[in-house]
Amino acid sequence: MRNLLIFITKYNAFFLFIIFEVASLIIYIKYNSFQKASFINSSNEVTGGFYAKMSEFNSYLKLKEENDELARENSGLRNQLKSSFYVDTVNKHKVTDTIYKRQYEYIVARVINNSTNHANNYLTINKGSQQGIAKGMGVMCNLGIVGKVIIVSEHFSVIQSLLHKDSQFSAMLANNKEIGTIEWGDDLNPRKGILKDVSNNAVPKVGEEVVTSGYSLFPTGIPIGKISNLHTKAGGYALNMEVTLAVDFSKLQYVDVINNKFATEQEGLEAQQKKDE
Amino acid sequence: MSRNIIINIIRFLVLVFIQVFLLKNINLYNFSTPYFYVLFILLLPFETPNILLFALAFILGLTIDAFYDTPGLHAAACVILAFVRIIFISVTVQKDGFDNEPEPTLGIMGLRWFITYASVLTLVHHFFLFNLEAFSLSQLEFTISRVLLSSLFTVFLMLISGLLFFKRKERK
Repeated sequence: MRNLLIFITKYNAFFLFIIFEVASLIIYIKYNSFQKASFINSSNEVTGGFYAKMSEFNSYLKLKEENDELARENSGLRNQLKSSFYVDTVNKHKVTDTIYKRQYEYIVARVINNSTNHANNYLTINKGSQQGIAKGMGVMCNLGIVGKVIIVSEHFSVIQSLLHKDSQFSAMLANNKEIGTIEWGDDLNPRKGILKDVSNNAVPKVGEEVVTSGYSLFPTGIPIGKISNLHTKAGGYALNMEVTLAVDFSKLQYVDVINNKFATEQEGLEAQQKKDE
Repeated sequence: MSRNIIINIIRFLVLVFIQVFLLKNINLYNFSTPYFYVLFILLLPFETPNILLFALAFILGLTIDAFYDTPGLHAAACVILAFVRIIFISVTVQKDGFDNEPEPTLGIMGLRWFITYASVLTLVHHFFLFNLEAFSLSQLEFTISRVLLSSLFTVFLMLISGLLFFKRKERK
């Protein structure tokens, strides 16, 4: 017994090393596999508060680009206004429309923390459960899709961006509606994604647009990017192609969180179907 | 003694601040990302007891993790770094012969020793950090080149900071 104690005190560095290393690896692996809402992330009050202060300062430096983007969007919206069309009929009639029921709701939020240079990238935004954000909602900006919400606290949320090893979204080719899966490329380039599992019948062209399919969290037709290379790593029975992403993740300032009001209904139905099989 | 503690607390805060708000946004060609904050562990006094050294490394790692959203990743790399520091110092430095607790800084230990010390420890830290982050061997070449280029950047920053706060106090 005494010898054992002497042994342990003599090599105490090694034993301490084992204890601390195992502790940190447990934290690391646990968080990665279950994505449990742990308190060590940027949605807690202290780090979230710091990031909010810093991003307030940063947003001044990017005002010009943000203004340009807003002006562009404004002109786009103005083009859709009724008043910008010339009315050539005199007849007007009014219809009480009951066909449309609102399915998607958009919540705007500011990005207060962002990364694009890691193997797994996350964003933090300044809206949380108090503003109606819940886990699993899709996130987009006016240029295209951004990611999905994974952790929500009262005032902040963490988003798993498209630039993440585990991110996969349903996508389709804009012209011939062929379905595929979009994910991040292998070489950690924040401007490149890979469109996978497109059926062999499709005839994609370089420069063709890739949009969301409507099967996952997003409404149909939100842009993702443009095809830039048709010959990437062979995927067996399906076509794989390289996509230049529409969103520049390093310049994100404002994002829209999408609340799909029928999501729970759809999930419940699909869970029912699995149970019946 | 108490002066030493205050200096180290300030160093901790300043390094975390620089890492999180400045260096986090720097990324050269997707390859080179500096992790300058490890300088805190490198510069702790020689006489720091092992348990304190490990605890500080663990806390520093978790603090960085909280800002990077990667719980445990930096903590694991920092604990390995602390272990390698103990081995490196026990091999290269004679235990007796320093008065009033000197730190392993550039001015006290000399340029050659400091460069070896900084590069070996940084390489080990970055090697484990990037490999734990990627968590697969399929892109080993890519990860290794990231390790080498990032270490180069980090050591470069360490040398600059060492020269900025240069105090000549050569050991006899």
